Amino acid sequence: MTAQAHIKNKSLITQLFMSDKGSQIFFALLMTMTIVVPILHLAVPADSALHVSAYTLTLLGKYLSFALLAIALDLVWGYCGILSLGHAAFFALGGYAMGMYLMRQIADRGVYGNPELPDFMVFLDWQELPWFWYGFDQFWFAMLMVILVPGLLAYIFGWLAFRSRVTGVYLSIITQALTYALMLAFFRNEMGFGGNNGLTDFKDILGYNLQDDSTRVALFLASAIMLIIGYTVAKFIINSKLGRVTVAIRDAEDRARFVGYKVENYKLWVFTFSAVLAGIAGALYVPQVGIINPGEFSPLNSIELVVWVAVGGRGYLYGAVLGAFIVNFAKTYFTAVLPEVWLFALGGLFIFVTIFMPQGIVGLIAKLTSKKNPSSSPPIENQFSEQKPWKSKADA
Amino acid sequence: MAKKYLMNSKQKSFIHFLMILFLGMIFVSPGLANTISDADFRDSLSALNQKKFTQKIQAIEKLAEFDHGKTRFVMQSLLDGNLFYRKSDKNIFIAEKTDTELVLKDVISLEVIDIVGKRDARKISVNNKIRKLLRLKISAMSLSHSDPKVRHAAVKEMMKKPALETSNILRQYVASENDETVKNTLRVAIALYDVKSDDKSIKLAALDILGESSSLESKYAVLAVLEKDSQASYIEQDQEIIQHAKKILDSIETQLKFYGFLETLFFGLSLGSVLLLAAIGLAITFGVMGVINMAHGELIMLGAYTTYVIQLLMPNNIEYSVLVAIPAAFLVAGIVGIMIERGILQFLYGRPLETLLATFGVSLVLQQLVRSVFSPLNRSVETPEWMSGAWQINSTLAITFNRLYILLFCIFVFIMLLLILKKTALGLYIRAVSQNRQMAKAMGVRSEWVDALTFGLGSGIAGVAGVALSQLTNVGPNMGQAYIIDSFMVVVFGGVGNLWGTFIGAMSLGVVNKFLEPWSGAVLAKILILVFIILFIQKRPRGLFPQKGRSAEN
Repeated sequence: MTAQAHIKNKSLITQLFMSDKGSQIFFALLMTMTIVVPILHLAVPADSALHVSAYTLTLLGKYLSFALLAIALDLVWGYCGILSLGHAAFFALGGYAMGMYLMRQIADRGVYGNPELPDFMVFLDWQELPWFWYGFDQFWFAMLMVILVPGLLAYIFGWLAFRSRVTGVYLSIITQALTYALMLAFFRNEMGFGGNNGLTDFKDILGYNLQDDSTRVALFLASAIMLIIGYTVAKFIINSKLGRVTVAIRDAEDRARFVGYKVENYKLWVFTFSAVLAGIAGALYVPQVGIINPGEFSPLNSIELVVWVAVGGRGYLYGAVLGAFIVNFAKTYFTAVLPEVWLFALGGLFIFVTIFMPQGIVGLIAKLTSKKNPSSSPPIENQFSEQKPWKSKADA
Repeated sequence: MAKKYLMNSKQKSFIHFLMILFLGMIFVSPGLANTISDADFRDSLSALNQKKFTQKIQAIEKLAEFDHGKTRFVMQSLLDGNLFYRKSDKNIFIAEKTDTELVLKDVISLEVIDIVGKRDARKISVNNKIRKLLRLKISAMSLSHSDPKVRHAAVKEMMKKPALETSNILRQYVASENDETVKNTLRVAIALYDVKSDDKSIKLAALDILGESSSLESKYAVLAVLEKDSQASYIEQDQEIIQHAKKILDSIETQLKFYGFLETLFFGLSLGSVLLLAAIGLAITFGVMGVINMAHGELIMLGAYTTYVIQLLMPNNIEYSVLVAIPAAFLVAGIVGIMIERGILQFLYGRPLETLLATFGVSLVLQQLVRSVFSPLNRSVETPEWMSGAWQINSTLAITFNRLYILLFCIFVFIMLLLILKKTALGLYIRAVSQNRQMAKAMGVRSEWVDALTFGLGSGIAGVAGVALSQLTNVGPNMGQAYIIDSFMVVVFGGVGNLWGTFIGAMSLGVVNKFLEPWSGAVLAKILILVFIILFIQKRPRGLFPQKGRSAEN
């Protein structure tokens, strides 16, 4: 693999995106947004029609972190066939690591004015900081934890699960159990993560006030840049030999194993990397929304995440991003305007997409264009055959 | 259980109780006390409105001598501070407070007589001495009641604070008591007082009685005998008493532990039966058909709402509504299940991960539908009389009827399902299709028809589970989600496609959960169970009892 990478190094980015029109369009749009939105926010006067309010800016920043999370899930589901129903857990863990740093930054400006302990600990009458809060006053340490905690959990969980060949539905269900167990655990006050209320009332990050316009723009830019980096790295992985093997595993796990690949190891690394991406997304999300609580672990969140990817088109990285933006925009819109319709819409979307658009929006577009222009065939055909092929009705 | 419901039942039982009391007084008319007309009763009541507490005490003593259906009730009202006199005419009323006003009700008929401002009536004040007297009088009145249950409750109440006065009252009733349970409780109540006595023989005898009763109260009473001073030596000087008390304490503790074990076991089995009811429908759709039905919890919810609607439809026959609701819920959930299967799932066979997503969509739609139709608030379903209450096995061990019935019902459903799968033509088809679809088709089984019916059967059982759950928890749009993950855990733990596996899985998870709870707390117990299952699946990816044979191979 290193040899291949070396050859590609010359013009890595061009190599990656030369033949991929979707990615090119995606990059063009993302770059435009990254540059235009902050300008419209900072430079255009507030009464102008073109002005982007602080609310919209933060909302877009939130969507960007969701998009990164969607890419993380697309990597394991769309390219490796592992349907994780617990990815929101890694997202939330990254978020909590960031939240702990922000909590320590409050220092003595809290309600109780304790320089060492966060408010909720004072409230619970704790005398000293629990050991797992040590170090979180340092930004570098918190960032290390953003990567290490989700990564390590995914590594251990994956090591256990993939080695025993827990696949398909079983894996989905135990990932769901994982996030459910974590949710219950984080709801406990004794855990030392703020219990029900989670972590909130953040003041500043790296010394900059979170309410300042410039900080908001910086967070927005950070999210956009992380999305671009995450996308590129994911794209690189997919185009590398590792990516090709994972696709092989997705389409025919047993065959890949018989050919001689260590299926467990490939799955494990992709799963771990994906969890790290999800953790980073969570760390970007928390300072922008200003709160992290155990609700983020709820199994519903993980399943919603799956819908973003399904709607956009799994097996296409930009499909995942598109899905994250479309579904979340619809959610923001519906929950504000017609809150009672939102669940109908989301539920209907699940059913519609799975039956009529199994490849999502991007897959549909690719199908339509490939009919006109047979040369640009969809990158990877999605065929899920890991479960009981004799049950399929196609061969009836 | 819903608070609202509890209040209702309390009020109801109180009214029942009053009626019984009333009838008992009129028809049995025991010769102990003087019967009294309503007018005289009112007269003696107005004597309560005195300035001096000593005069009030006399009035209460006098009131207690008369036998009127309302005496006890009035005394209780006085004790609770609900007895008021109107300033304008000094008449006495039962008052109910609202934010700004007092609703005055007649003492005997409880009809609303007047609504006055807060300053126009004044509470008849009592002091601690009067309260004590009232409590004594009320208990004494209950002890002579004709219903043994009332007497038993009164003794239990008096047991809480053993004192000379109460024990003297209790002694009067021991000899004349003819109900065995009440008599035993009376003896224990007296022993609780006697154990503090200075007389050695009385003390030893009391200890013996406490040793037989083995309740928590007895344990604390014996512990009090064995109290130590600051130098850690016994306050009690008599070695014989100490040795005896130690022996009694040991035996009480052994018995308490045993009953505690039985109780936890029952709670565990009860939880297991709930898990089994919730999971067994899933075991069919997931196990037999390979379909991941995330809407299973919502089908349970539909069953619970069916119970609620049936109760609304037949408000005068709450007793039978649950029995009607069982087949109704089976039909409602079953039909919705068949609609899901025909409308959505038949396009997705062989793609289990996608059935998961589509049925999750269905679950969201059903939740919102229920929210729109019934409101997002929880609804409480009334428990019929024959299901409420508890089976008091002895003073420490009581088993609530609703849990007991649900346990029995769950076993009944399980056996029915086994019979359907093993003994009917449909069961044969279901097993055939699940083992080898192609071969079954070749033999002439209409597999699509079987699919729809299997799904309908699994969903219908979810609906029936909903009826049972409506008796234990609130009925709300989110109730389904609470059970879906647990149900999956049970099915996966027990082994997919194996009903006995599901049975053993549900019961063992329920029991283990309840035995962990006192040690770790409820939430941590649940987390431990989840972690255990996650680890268990690594060891045995196909559950406790994996399917064997060709059908088990991918």
